[in-house]
Amino acid sequence: MIKAILIFNNHGKPRLIRFYQYFAEDMQQQIIRETFHLVSKRDDNVCNFLEGGSLIGGSDYKLIYRHYATLYFVFCVDSSESELGILDLIQLICFFVSVCVFVETLDKCFENVCELDLIFHMDKVHYILQEVVMGGMVLETNMNEIVAQVELQNRMEKSEGGLSAAPARAVSAVKNMNLPEIPRNINIGDINIKVPSLSPF
Amino acid sequence: MALKIVKGSIDRMFDKNLQDLVRGIRNHKDDEAKYISTCIDEIKQELKQDNIAVKANAVCKLTYLQMLGYDVSWAAFNIVEVMSSSKFTYKRIGYLAASQCFHEGTDVIMLTTNQIRKDLSSPNQYDTGVALTGLSCFVTPDLARDLANDIMTLMSHTKPYIRKKAVLIMYKVFLKYPESLRPAFPRLKEKLEDPDPGVQSAAVNVICELARRNPKNYLSLAPLFFKLMTSSTNNWVLIKIIKLFGALTPLEPRLGKKLIEPLTNLIHSTSAMSLLYECVNTVIAVLISLSSGMPNHSASIQLCVQKLRILIEDSDQNLKYLGLLAMSKILKTHPKSVQSHKDLILQCLDDKDESIRLRALDLLYGMVSKKNLMEIVKKLMLHVDKAEGTTYRDELLTKIIDICSQSNFQYITNFEWYISILVELTRLEGTRHGHLIASQMLDVAIRVKAIRGFAVAQMATLLDNAHLLTGNTQRNGICEVLYAAAWICGEFSEHLEDPMQTLEAMLRPKVATLPGHIQAVYVQNAAKLFATVLRKHDGETESQAAQETSQLLIDRLPLFVQSANLEVQERASCILQLVKYIQKLQQKNVEVAEEVTALFAGELNPVAPKAQKKVPIPEGLDLDAWINEPPSESESEDEKPKAVFAKEEPKHSRSRHTEVDEKELARRREVRKQEQANNPFYIKASPSSQKVYDAPGVEHIPVVQIDLSVPLKVPGMPMSDQYLKLEVERRQKEKAERKKKEKKKKREKRGKERKADSGPESEEDITPAHQVDIVTEEMPENALPSDDDDKDPNDPHKALDIDLDNLLSGFSSRPLADSEKLPVRTHRPEALKSPAEDRDSESVPQETKKKSGKEKKKDKEKDRKRSKEEKKKKKKHKEVEEELLESQPEEAVQSEETKEAAAPPTSTSAEASDLDFWLSSAPVPPAAQEVTAPSSAAAAVDTSSAAAPESEPDEPKDTEPEDTKSSKHKKKKQKKEKEEKEKKKKKRHHHHHQHHSDAGGEDSVQNGTVEEEEPLPPMSNYSLLAENSYIKMMKEDADQVYDIQGNHQDESKVVVSVIFENKSDSFLKSMEFNVLDSLNSKLQRPEGAGAHDSLTVPFQLPPGVSNEARFVFSVQSIIMPQKLKGTLTFIVKSDESSTHEKLDFKLHFTCTSYLITTPCYSDAYAKLLESGDLKGSSLRLEGINMPFHHLLARICFHHHFSVVERIDSCASMYSRSIQGHHVCLLVKTSDQTVSIDAKCDEPSLLGNVLDEIKQTFSKC
Repeated sequence: MIKAILIFNNHGKPRLIRFYQYFAEDMQQQIIRETFHLVSKRDDNVCNFLEGGSLIGGSDYKLIYRHYATLYFVFCVDSSESELGILDLIQLICFFVSVCVFVETLDKCFENVCELDLIFHMDKVHYILQEVVMGGMVLETNMNEIVAQVELQNRMEKSEGGLSAAPARAVSAVKNMNLPEIPRNINIGDINIKVPSLSPF
Repeated sequence: MALKIVKGSIDRMFDKNLQDLVRGIRNHKDDEAKYISTCIDEIKQELKQDNIAVKANAVCKLTYLQMLGYDVSWAAFNIVEVMSSSKFTYKRIGYLAASQCFHEGTDVIMLTTNQIRKDLSSPNQYDTGVALTGLSCFVTPDLARDLANDIMTLMSHTKPYIRKKAVLIMYKVFLKYPESLRPAFPRLKEKLEDPDPGVQSAAVNVICELARRNPKNYLSLAPLFFKLMTSSTNNWVLIKIIKLFGALTPLEPRLGKKLIEPLTNLIHSTSAMSLLYECVNTVIAVLISLSSGMPNHSASIQLCVQKLRILIEDSDQNLKYLGLLAMSKILKTHPKSVQSHKDLILQCLDDKDESIRLRALDLLYGMVSKKNLMEIVKKLMLHVDKAEGTTYRDELLTKIIDICSQSNFQYITNFEWYISILVELTRLEGTRHGHLIASQMLDVAIRVKAIRGFAVAQMATLLDNAHLLTGNTQRNGICEVLYAAAWICGEFSEHLEDPMQTLEAMLRPKVATLPGHIQAVYVQNAAKLFATVLRKHDGETESQAAQETSQLLIDRLPLFVQSANLEVQERASCILQLVKYIQKLQQKNVEVAEEVTALFAGELNPVAPKAQKKVPIPEGLDLDAWINEPPSESESEDEKPKAVFAKEEPKHSRSRHTEVDEKELARRREVRKQEQANNPFYIKASPSSQKVYDAPGVEHIPVVQIDLSVPLKVPGMPMSDQYLKLEVERRQKEKAERKKKEKKKKREKRGKERKADSGPESEEDITPAHQVDIVTEEMPENALPSDDDDKDPNDPHKALDIDLDNLLSGFSSRPLADSEKLPVRTHRPEALKSPAEDRDSESVPQETKKKSGKEKKKDKEKDRKRSKEEKKKKKKHKEVEEELLESQPEEAVQSEETKEAAAPPTSTSAEASDLDFWLSSAPVPPAAQEVTAPSSAAAAVDTSSAAAPESEPDEPKDTEPEDTKSSKHKKKKQKKEKEEKEKKKKKRHHHHHQHHSDAGGEDSVQNGTVEEEEPLPPMSNYSLLAENSYIKMMKEDADQVYDIQGNHQDESKVVVSVIFENKSDSFLKSMEFNVLDSLNSKLQRPEGAGAHDSLTVPFQLPPGVSNEARFVFSVQSIIMPQKLKGTLTFIVKSDESSTHEKLDFKLHFTCTSYLITTPCYSDAYAKLLESGDLKGSSLRLEGINMPFHHLLARICFHHHFSVVERIDSCASMYSRSIQGHHVCLLVKTSDQTVSIDAKCDEPSLLGNVLDEIKQTFSKC
């Protein structure tokens, strides 16, 4: 059984969490923190298995993770799962995410799942995940089957108009006209532009 | 209204969607919390609107916020609203949100039951899918109970997408509602053979998960899984199955024997590391389970160890890690084979990866022996010094202690060395494990009497240098050691050389900075030391020393009296007053030493950790009874006190207490004494029995007196190293002495056999440096030896420990009772008239019938056993006949039982004996078509009793082929066995037949009357394919036919299982199977192989062994029978030579083999006939001399039909071809004439089937 799937970035910010056993929200956050703490201090060239997460599971459970660029994919599984199998599965899921979320960027190497893809499409990634793992058990590992099912469901959503269909786009255009919002929305990132202080008259 | 919609969409225009929310959060890194709280306010506004799109959008955002740790349970009702939207887009959002934040405590879950049910039965498969996925995350016991039946129905949905989800979710349902397991299990088992690989994988997944927790209930599925294992190509499924077998083998060693070969083949053939690793793991599990009985598996162990070594040497850290992990499993049973890789494992200790180092440490634990313990520990001590990072160092420390103390200090030959190691460990900077070292010191000092002198000396030094341990920083961990040191010095103070000095050390002012509990021990033990000092100076009148000691105590103790710690204070003031009093007496020259020592007289013995739990409750003590009535209701809900005494069942307690009288107790004590006397490591605590050394078993161990006056502190060298050196020298000396002795002996025995020199030292040769007495732990006198107190009563899987065997067999004690059926909603009429409903009306009277039937059956079984024994003696045929008669009413009982079962049980005879049979021998095919008429009932009894002994003769065949003397005798025996086997085989086919046909048939027949019917004659569906002097090939009439729906529309697949039996005395290998393809039928070859390439048979055959292989053919048209020519080539390998041989055969595909037994209800059948799409044909058979039900059974069995309805001597039957052709038969009989009217939508198929039916009956 898989007990939890956690995806967080290099700073421990959760990008997708899926618990197959109930934990209250604060406990979930604590587990994420603990897992991040355990995983982040490991080098990239050490093994991908980790025992001893104290909050989740117990002696029977282990953490299996992969680190891609800025993201950690962590599975918490018990002894009924094959360790190497789960590692493959993580790779698969990364692949699906890049294939299904952005069909147009199919040529993208799957090891480079962009963190932004995940952030803005958390719901879609969840839907993909649901086709692979259900209730803590691996549902399907056949790549074509999974992609086909996800595609069909997305098509169905589109035919219904979808949440993010045309009107919504028009809306965002309208919103952009909402001028007072704009300055706050510009992200200057690391570049620090300092306005030169004008000498007082 | 229109206005409202417009308003809604305008509102929506200014809503944020998920992307906007995420962007906003990213842009407000500084005041994220504040931004989110405004967002939540917005969301609350959005949720208040009527527009479902707005709500869904809000819920979607909430899901994101939930991930960030915000509690969104307040929106639970809105989530339910979105879930119940009719649009898939919104529904999906709702279910996603629900699966993220609903749980058993969410109260709105109650409201969802009907919505979910509606979604489950939705015509849109994705609505159903989404509901199933969501449900899998938040299913509660209530939901599970209410929806179990709906999900059960979905397990047979036409869409594989739904089927696999429904199958998978059943596991969650079982967990929450264990009652559903029994009724749902038959269908779950069916899904193991589902044509869709996804569904199959899901079913395997669920059963593996169930079986992992309660493996014994699933043993009977082993043959099925075995079949899957040899046929499946899906690595995920294979891994799951192989893991499951790993859990099953400990319960059934014979299973392991059967598994070894296919697993070894897989290990050799697979390229997938994950599969290889799991195979190795399961082989290890098998070897562990076999380790007691079968010594001859060194090859498999070698293979495993070898493969693991490759993994460990791999540069991939993951493989290295797993290799070490698996290695540690082998270690438990085959330490020797692992020990040879010590170099590799020690190398891993230096790995940069901490996980790998820890795994290697684990391995070391099992690799130590008396011989290498010191060496290994020395290496670890070096690592301790080098290790950076306290966690790893702490781990090392605990491992050192574990390794040394394992199994009662088994490997320690020199305890002085161990104590010095412990003392060295105390010098570690900043460890957390001070208490661990302390407890080891205490343990050793208490339990090893011989070491006490040395231990006390070391502890005294520790106490003297206490300032080093406490140091400048408050290293709280390590000062725990002082606790042990003080206690040991006090308790065994008679060994102290200079108690006065130690006493002084214990009363230094600095002690007051230690933690309270340590100070308390200091004070208490100071008093003990005081007693010793007094005793030493006993007799000397007006001893100056004694009085000085009293003065010292009186001076120093007040410091402790002022301690803030209550215990320290109390003890100190008590002892202070005592000493003051003693001083007074001393001044009067009164002899006090005796009295003071009496304060601390008596020896303390260790107590077993479970001792308290094992104290039986005294008679008449009721711990649950109130001593005083509780004062008020409100307070009575306090926590229940934990049980101080072991709980006992009331029945036993009384009888046992009366039984255990004085005599019994005395006897037990005697037994225990005897036991301890015979064990060199155990000795009774009382000093009188300390001289048990001359017990017969211990005598021969040479006790070497070692000179301990070695200078223990060599500058620049840790003490323990000294011991290592010493030990080596000592062993060499010993060895030399032993050799001398041997030489002497040899000289005496000259001329006689020469023994090879005993090479490397074996374990037993190493003698302990000095005699070690380990005091046993004490237990209460009449404690029960039980180990089941480790189970966790809260384990949810405990509830799933449900016996499923008898459900599968239908033969034994407990078929499904009515109460066990899944709740079915009554207000919704079912489309099909299902058997479940029929049963409801009949169930009440049958319940009683069933019971009486059961009792009868028991009696009968007894009778049968008795008669069977007689039969063996007399071999009278009459009795067989009697049994035949006897079995008739029983079958009637059975069929009644099956009616009661909520789902059709799969076979009507003892499946357990089937399993036995399957396990006891490789499938030996019976002589084809040889139909004798032995009593099937008798054979059934035989299988259960004969299967066990049968497995044994197999072994000598394999293991001692050179045994020539008894071979003749054996041959005879084997012949007999073979006959027996054949009989059984037939019996098995009998099940097989019922399995296939009646399972569906019986349910529908039940409308008619159930007659007392004669037992069916055995039927076989194996036919001889080809045979020569080396090999025999048998073909099973395509028993597993399935079609692939979808992409290949006109192409179907047929699986043919062929049994290969080696008839020669030579080894058959490299078997290759080839068939000349026709236009219509083709052998499925692996990708990349040419059209004429042959397939390698995936096994080899040792002499006398048979095995089954499956070949898949793709067939285009199924309306005509087919014949394919084929060749089998193989190499015959005997001791001297190996030759190439070949065997030609013809594969015959009958039209019958394209039919699948498909149950059909009468109403559907009637509709089908009415539709008018079917074309008719008919057949007359003359001179059929068999009861009608035999006739039906034959058609069912040989031609894969099922009975739809039967009235008197007329029956309608149905079957379906793999390409979906319906075949309907109406069979009528009168006076040896049988007429069959048939209808089918494909006339030529029908014609061929009828021809085949005719052939079947012309044979008999």
